[in-house]
Amino acid sequence: MKVLLKELVQVRCGDKGNDSDVNIFASNERIYAYLKEELTEEKVKAFYGDLVKGDVIRYEVPNVLAFKFHLKEALGGGGSSSLRIDGLGKTMGAVILRMEVDIDEGLLKNDKKDSLYIGQSNSIS
Amino acid sequence: MKKIRIGAATGFYGDSIIPAIPSITDGNIDYLCFDALAELTMAILQKDRQKNPEWGYTKDIGPFMETLLPLCVEKKVKILTNAGGINPLGAKKVVDEIIKRLNLDLKVAVVYGDDMMSNLEELKQNNLLVNMQSKESFKHNDYELLFANAYLGAKPLVEALQQGADIVISGRTIDAAQFAAPMIYEFGWEWDDWDRLAKGMTIGHLMECSGQAVGGNFSGDWRSIDLINIGFPIAEVDELGEAIITKAPGTGGLVSRDTLKEQLLYEVHDPYNYILPDVVVNIADTCLEDIGENQVRVYGSTGKPATDTYKALIGYADGYMAEAIFGYSWPDALEKAKSASEILIAHMERDKLLYEDIDISYIGYNSMHRSVINEPDPDLNEVFLRLAIKVRKRSDGTRLSRIVSPLGLSGPPFLAGMLGRGRATQLLGICPILIPKELVEKQVKVEM
Repeated sequence: MKVLLKELVQVRCGDKGNDSDVNIFASNERIYAYLKEELTEEKVKAFYGDLVKGDVIRYEVPNVLAFKFHLKEALGGGGSSSLRIDGLGKTMGAVILRMEVDIDEGLLKNDKKDSLYIGQSNSIS
Repeated sequence: MKKIRIGAATGFYGDSIIPAIPSITDGNIDYLCFDALAELTMAILQKDRQKNPEWGYTKDIGPFMETLLPLCVEKKVKILTNAGGINPLGAKKVVDEIIKRLNLDLKVAVVYGDDMMSNLEELKQNNLLVNMQSKESFKHNDYELLFANAYLGAKPLVEALQQGADIVISGRTIDAAQFAAPMIYEFGWEWDDWDRLAKGMTIGHLMECSGQAVGGNFSGDWRSIDLINIGFPIAEVDELGEAIITKAPGTGGLVSRDTLKEQLLYEVHDPYNYILPDVVVNIADTCLEDIGENQVRVYGSTGKPATDTYKALIGYADGYMAEAIFGYSWPDALEKAKSASEILIAHMERDKLLYEDIDISYIGYNSMHRSVINEPDPDLNEVFLRLAIKVRKRSDGTRLSRIVSPLGLSGPPFLAGMLGRGRATQLLGICPILIPKELVEKQVKVEM
């Protein structure tokens, strides 16, 4: 079934100079595994369109079931020199919540919260 | 096992001190640490210093200390803050005066030497004026420089505590170091104990944004959190670098794995290599575990040897932004606002108001997210046009206002809320560079 990402994740975003930093947290391991395939660098970059001029780099952080997206050249020059109303990218994390994904209904039904998940952080792909 | 309790105060210049007060009175803390600086803050402080050479620190440090010091004396709480900004000595003077007036017996240490403004020629001769991101050289003579500061770590802060300081005021020391310094001092951690330093810095990173770790900006069920009475975070840390994050009893906010995980990765680019002055932190190794109501156990971060450079930021004047904001009502609000932007562009061309860059968006429709928002125009009741141009002179803002104002009688119908006609604000360019540690450390001083 089709759902908005908003139904599946938490998001926190910040900035460093002209780069935006968007962190997406899955609510459990099964959704994390699903999003690992779904939220590719290419797909995320395409979704942000001309808001993000540079590359998109993804890091996996399994201990907190997170994907960190580093969006380069994404703030119109950065907080202190940007003409944008959100030059600090405080709402860049909200953009991605509009993404529609096609997910197996079974994944949503069994939506237990994640327990502590000790991942192998050195298994970065 | 020895433990200490550390409370967080402000997370930026402009934050409130009030949520930190219960941490002192009822939170049983030993240290209160606060961050006051951001890239933008340094520029604001520089403008202050241009007006008055005595300024250049965050001006709320006076009122904060008036409030905090009597409580901190009673509860034996030490304070660390980087509120010294670009004039830490000036900040110490203010705090010393308050201590004298309140008749308290407290030792204030000041840490300075992060200011690199007088070293620019030396840096240039060493080919160090190179933007660390773009690798392009920075021609500092082409710009009016506003500040140049290296980001120092915890070392001088620990030194200040070793000298018996009750209050440590520094300039541009990193946020997390305010919190890690008491741990390093109290537990006697070595400067090459990378894992413990990493753990301390991770805890500091969780604490440094005050409310943002305890329910502020929480993207989960924010409605269920009492933000009116939010209490700032408290960390109970043991000598191994493990911590329990909590907050004072009776305060609002929420400490949970879900609120803390959002802060854990905040503004850390590569979570496997989070480069700080004293250690390179693998913050992805961190584990967060709910162990009780408003209690989260933090452990597992690992560290790698520190690099041999400090990051520094050079801030320079980069022209002005002139901004116009005004609104149109239904019917056809968005269409009217778009029409108004076309009139403004035509009249700027007519009046030869030249700009280097322009940014047009519609508040209430797409001002935050631009072209990502491509839904058909919902029948919006009101839309505000925001037009911003980048110009070289502050007076160009006045010229823009002369172009905007006539729309009141000669534009599309139903205009209200003329919030900005051409207000000009200075833009700040930032060039991040790397400086070998010894070039900085030779001038860092700790004074009582």
